[in-house]
Amino acid sequence: MTDIAAETALLRPHAEQLYADELAALARVDDRTRPANWLLSPWAVVTYLLGGTLPDGTAITPKYIGSRRLIEIAVATIATDRALLLLGVPGTAKSWVSEHLAAAISGDSTLVVQGTAGTAEESVRYGWNYAQLLAHGPSFDAVVPSPVMVGMRRGAVVRVEELTRIPSDVQDALITVLSEKTLPVPELGSEVQAHAGFNLIATANDRDRGVNDLSSALRRRFNTVVLPLPDSADDEVAIVTRRVSDLGASLQLPTPDHAHDEIRRVVTIFRELRGGQTLDGRTAVKSPSGTLSTAEAISVVTQGLSLATHFGDGLLRAQDVAGGIVGAVVKDPVSDQVVWNEYLEAVVRERADWKDFYRAAREVSR
Amino acid sequence: MTEPPPVRVLGVRHHGPGSARAVVRALDAYRPECVLVEGPADADPLVGWVGNAALVPPVAILAWDAAEPARSAFWPLASFSPEWQALTWASTNGVPARFIDLPTTLSLAPEPEPEAPEETAEAADPQGTENPQGTADPEPEEPPAPPPRTDPVAQLARAAGYDDPEAWWEDAVELRTDGDPFDALTEAMAELRAGTGEDDPETLRREAHMRQQLRAAVKSGYARIAVVCGAWHAPALTGRLPAASADTRLLARPRKTTTELTWVPWTHSRLAFASGYGAGVASPGWYAHLFTTTDAPIARWFTGVAGVLREHDLPVSTAHVIESVRLAEALAALRGRPFPGLSEVSEAAWSVMCDGNPVTLDLVTRGAVVGESLGEVPEGVPTVPLDTDLRARARTLRLRFSAEQKQVSLDLRKPPDLAKSQLFRQLAILGVGWGTPDAARSTGTFKEVWNLEWQPEFAVSLIDASRHGNTVPSAASAALLEHIGTLPAITAAVEQALLAGLDDALSPLLVTLDARAAHEADVTALLCAVPPLARAQRYGDVRGTDTERLAGVARAVLERACAGLAPACSGLGDDAAADLRRAIDEVAAVVGLLDTELGELWARTLAECADRRNVPGTIAGRLVRLLLDGARLDREEAATRLSRVLSQATQPDQQAAWVDGFLSGNPLLLIHDRRVLEILDEWVGGIGDEVFTDVLPSLRRTFGAWPRAARRQFADEVARLGTAVPGRAAASEDFGDTGGLLDVVALILHGEARDDR
Repeated sequence: MTDIAAETALLRPHAEQLYADELAALARVDDRTRPANWLLSPWAVVTYLLGGTLPDGTAITPKYIGSRRLIEIAVATIATDRALLLLGVPGTAKSWVSEHLAAAISGDSTLVVQGTAGTAEESVRYGWNYAQLLAHGPSFDAVVPSPVMVGMRRGAVVRVEELTRIPSDVQDALITVLSEKTLPVPELGSEVQAHAGFNLIATANDRDRGVNDLSSALRRRFNTVVLPLPDSADDEVAIVTRRVSDLGASLQLPTPDHAHDEIRRVVTIFRELRGGQTLDGRTAVKSPSGTLSTAEAISVVTQGLSLATHFGDGLLRAQDVAGGIVGAVVKDPVSDQVVWNEYLEAVVRERADWKDFYRAAREVSR
Repeated sequence: MTEPPPVRVLGVRHHGPGSARAVVRALDAYRPECVLVEGPADADPLVGWVGNAALVPPVAILAWDAAEPARSAFWPLASFSPEWQALTWASTNGVPARFIDLPTTLSLAPEPEPEAPEETAEAADPQGTENPQGTADPEPEEPPAPPPRTDPVAQLARAAGYDDPEAWWEDAVELRTDGDPFDALTEAMAELRAGTGEDDPETLRREAHMRQQLRAAVKSGYARIAVVCGAWHAPALTGRLPAASADTRLLARPRKTTTELTWVPWTHSRLAFASGYGAGVASPGWYAHLFTTTDAPIARWFTGVAGVLREHDLPVSTAHVIESVRLAEALAALRGRPFPGLSEVSEAAWSVMCDGNPVTLDLVTRGAVVGESLGEVPEGVPTVPLDTDLRARARTLRLRFSAEQKQVSLDLRKPPDLAKSQLFRQLAILGVGWGTPDAARSTGTFKEVWNLEWQPEFAVSLIDASRHGNTVPSAASAALLEHIGTLPAITAAVEQALLAGLDDALSPLLVTLDARAAHEADVTALLCAVPPLARAQRYGDVRGTDTERLAGVARAVLERACAGLAPACSGLGDDAAADLRRAIDEVAAVVGLLDTELGELWARTLAECADRRNVPGTIAGRLVRLLLDGARLDREEAATRLSRVLSQATQPDQQAAWVDGFLSGNPLLLIHDRRVLEILDEWVGGIGDEVFTDVLPSLRRTFGAWPRAARRQFADEVARLGTAVPGRAAASEDFGDTGGLLDVVALILHGEARDDR
């Protein structure tokens, strides 16, 4: 285990480091059947993600606030050795869920392939250490394994982020891995076979659909779980509050106990602009081009908190979040500016207790 | 083995496949001499139809009040209903079966409280209180006014460690394929009833009636009697029955009504919750599947789901089916359930087959989970003559009663298609919306597109309508004649009668119309009556109706209206003036369909009105415009009138109203009339700032109604005012040599060249 001093110095510890205690406590009380190479039973994995109190009194913090059924489908999918595809608009905690699933199942969330337009086949299959290759000829020693290959050997969960950003030919390299559970290495006339416990969790953004849509052959190998935007404003406020205090801890910001009203305001603005109407349903508003996800709300509040701490009186105020909100809403300088101004004048100005925010927003909008 | 008890009570959940299966098993083991089933006692004559191969569930017992057929109630039965299985068992084994619940003569009797009759029917519904879904509020957005009684099944489920009562019931009862859960269930219910008590007077009366019937059956000497009823009622019928006198007292309410009962076909979707049927089941398709399939039900279910998706051209492979089964089973294991239930199979289908797409999942829900199966009722089931007549007509026209929506396209020039169209319209008059005209139909007059969808509750509408007559046309005619009141309503009825081919109704309607028109003092109402009549006489050529009388009536009405129009124009309020203006516009649009003589009269009347004083501005302006468009008034004259109105003597608001009446409608004529433009321009330029603000809204409204292009053109013309008209005078229309053109037109119109040259 890493020592505490080293851990606090980390900007962002991995899930299995941050929640090592909870994982250990779960493993202690977990007496249900565990699939081969799983550190916890499926039930314990679900509990780890959704939180709860264990029989021995340990409190498990919720990592995902939302539908229990979705997480159950996700965990059951991995248990049936089908690959899992998490879909959703940006900022719906897809990567977050996948990281925690990997941490809880394999104890290691670091086997990640980050999908980009430039992701090459080597990151999905294997590459070569050319010095070794020239010196000793082809052998497994000269192979540089990808995270996928490592996961297959170890029987661990591998994550693929932004699967649809990966070029189609590289995506299709996953088909053999998922259907045959093997990775051929033709240069050596050999292969790497997956051990029990190996599986794949991919995330994809359904706003960018069509970037590199999955071939139906690959699609067929995934079970799909769509992570929705939070159902209710209360849920979303809870998510933002929890994540802000988590992030704040690592950035040495104060906990946002007093900031509840301000967080609620940010969430209200985001939900109203996203939904195209005010929460009371009385006024229609235009929606801007951005997604205005929960993740953006979190970063707006964190940024505001940082402003308040370093330049303000330490209390989160309207002027601290106004700049962040304008930045999140106005993604397109022309059309979104119109949307925002209209919202300010038609909705914000009408709210008696939002005067401070209106003034602050006007100041940064011009 | 000990002697079997004389009475065995099988407490079930209505529409529960596991209960149904268990009932059959229990009956096979117990071999009763008589089967008593929860259901209206006076429906006993209907039991004889069970076993008839043509009575195919889902069906429902329909009871209606003979005096007031709209007061009715349904007792639906699906193949997986325990009651249906008990009745079928009795019929196959040659054992008498009887219904024991309150007879409909009592349950449909009007309540003394001011309570809606439908609610009475609901309360009498046997699917009532013990059903866990029945107790759930079907419309959660409604505030739950009375505190809901504690759900007994929910309590049992909590005791067993389940959050979801539905899941517990499925696991404990419905998903079981063996064993006899009834005694244990009755005991559990007895415990719950001992805890909460039962004080709903309606339920107490129903149970009293059931006990009475049970006593009667015991008295008739049957050695073994099986009772199939809702689990909640089971404890009330089990063991030693209390003295009969208390029950007799409970039932001693004399209020009765006369009812009639029959079998009607029912649908799965109607059984489902979503249709608003309060005590339904959410997933009749799933339950039917569970009941009929014993071998590998989950695999077969997903095969069926794949079939539904393939019907919608969605590619679903066998591999998908395999993976769905695995995921459903893994989910069930994760949740600690012995067997995948509805939520597991639905979620597996969503994740594997539908790629997480809720729209696709909705197809699965509609096609498989709910299902669209429609029951059948044999010929000869007691019914109203109207129903028989409809069936006969549908058979002749080769129309099938299907619960699936279907589109038919009719060519009214063909007699069978015309008859279909008329049948749909007659049914619509009777409140049976079997066919609905497609909104996006073609503009021609001989083609119609209808959407057909038979809904089971039409059976009620038919019975309700049967008081009007015994055949569809006669009932529709009578219904039409019953609802006539105001003049516009009569003319609308005339149009309906024509479209529906109800010649019988047409004569009395026209007579009434004529008489009513004679007494009608309201000119606006008279005018409103003209357009439908004028339109209606046009249908004659396609539909073969006699239009001469219609034209006569239209003529009479219009003449009366013309006579009264001039005085009626004076001294109207704003709203009345707007109404009258609208009526005048409508008549002006159809007057061309009537004969020319009438057109002449109409134009004269308008001219006369336009000359009067005290006519509200909006009407006066409109009249001048209509006369101008009809070339009854030359442009100079119109310009003079405009100028007169817009002069100082008239109030600005009246001026604006006049301009509004004058300018609204098709603006092309005005745009090119510089005289009119100049006068308008002068008026707008001449009014003061304050007045301008007053008339601005109404002017804006007027011009706002114009098409954009016309507005722009108009603005261009206004901008060019004061300059010489370039080339306009020089290019004055040259009608010198149009003879050849007119010849061609005449050839097209009359088939021969003009002979007046």
